[in-house]
Amino acid sequence: MTLSALIIDVTLWGSVAILGFMAWRRGRVVLVSSVREGSMDFINIVPRIALGVIGSGYIAAVIPPEVITGWLGPDSGWFGVLTAVIAGAATPGGPVVGFSIGAVALKVGGGPPQVIAYVVAWALFAFQRMILWEIPFMPAKFVWFRAAVSVPFPFLAAAIAMVIGKP
Amino acid sequence: MDSHHPPNPSPLSEHPIKDPVPADDAEPKPRRARKPVGWSMIVIGALVAVCAGLVWRRDGIDGVLKILTHDLWLFGEIIPRVLAGCLLGGFIAEILPHDKVSRALGPNSGLKGLLIGTAFGAILPGGPFTAYPVAAALLTVGADFGAAIAMVVSWTLIGYGRAVAWELPILGTDFTLWRIVISLPIPVLAGALGRIVFVRMYPKGEPEPPA
Repeated sequence: MTLSALIIDVTLWGSVAILGFMAWRRGRVVLVSSVREGSMDFINIVPRIALGVIGSGYIAAVIPPEVITGWLGPDSGWFGVLTAVIAGAATPGGPVVGFSIGAVALKVGGGPPQVIAYVVAWALFAFQRMILWEIPFMPAKFVWFRAAVSVPFPFLAAAIAMVIGKP
Repeated sequence: MDSHHPPNPSPLSEHPIKDPVPADDAEPKPRRARKPVGWSMIVIGALVAVCAGLVWRRDGIDGVLKILTHDLWLFGEIIPRVLAGCLLGGFIAEILPHDKVSRALGPNSGLKGLLIGTAFGAILPGGPFTAYPVAAALLTVGADFGAAIAMVVSWTLIGYGRAVAWELPILGTDFTLWRIVISLPIPVLAGALGRIVFVRMYPKGEPEPPA
């Protein structure tokens, strides 16, 4: 939480300032109404984010990363891909945990297609990101729709990886 | 709560037509959800209660409190960014011309709309606190589910931020590049699949933007 956090905050609030300026140039009414819309969203989202942050800590505590690594064993084939996809969705924590588990799986002999499936499934379905961010911000219908439509793609990624092989 | 349009005090504001589409469609346009408690939240709350109970049985009250304080700390860190994300979403929904967005990213935008969504997701700076509010704002100003899916999936799969900050150092350059090349088609395919399924599920469809 040092330099990278600072860069993120600067770009974030910088973008807010630039867009706010653009809204202000359109007139005070535009600025006021967009700030009000954004604030209303914020007020409505805070309780959900609170539940997401505080809640996902408990869910993560029940699923320790060791369990996930176990599911990513070096068994190859489509059954390995399937367990990798489930493991990706069930991985607690942020990107460090997800990518580290992928790296460990590669080191202990996990097949590259399985690890690809794991990383892609983690990107698409990681439960903490969905609970903490996607469900609070997006319409519920969109989130479930997006998740359902994404199901084939970790398998597709594994299939492509099997066909083209690892360089 | 304004379930319709935001009140527009000035009839002569720059957006005389707030919504280019007459609101006579059966399927309401996806509006940013303003329900504090939906059934998703109830399910998550129940799951959290069960898991907190499991932690309490395993680690006692100390374990429960330790996680609680850690997560409250995290919550305090996140919350200003959430505010920034919400403001970004509010500005984007107000600034972007609705008719142009629904032409570029709407249900009839074709492959081009999916490609624009994908490119936008790939270059969007920040984290989840920008990606999801911006995607929600695009939905409200006329993007369809397909383009928004392409954007969100592209942000998680090929967004450079996470790849550079975390994946490269941990998994190495070879693996990361290989993984990204394999992932390149996925946002467009997911968006296209989303459109196909959406049309089947909601045959009445979203309102057509005026030609």
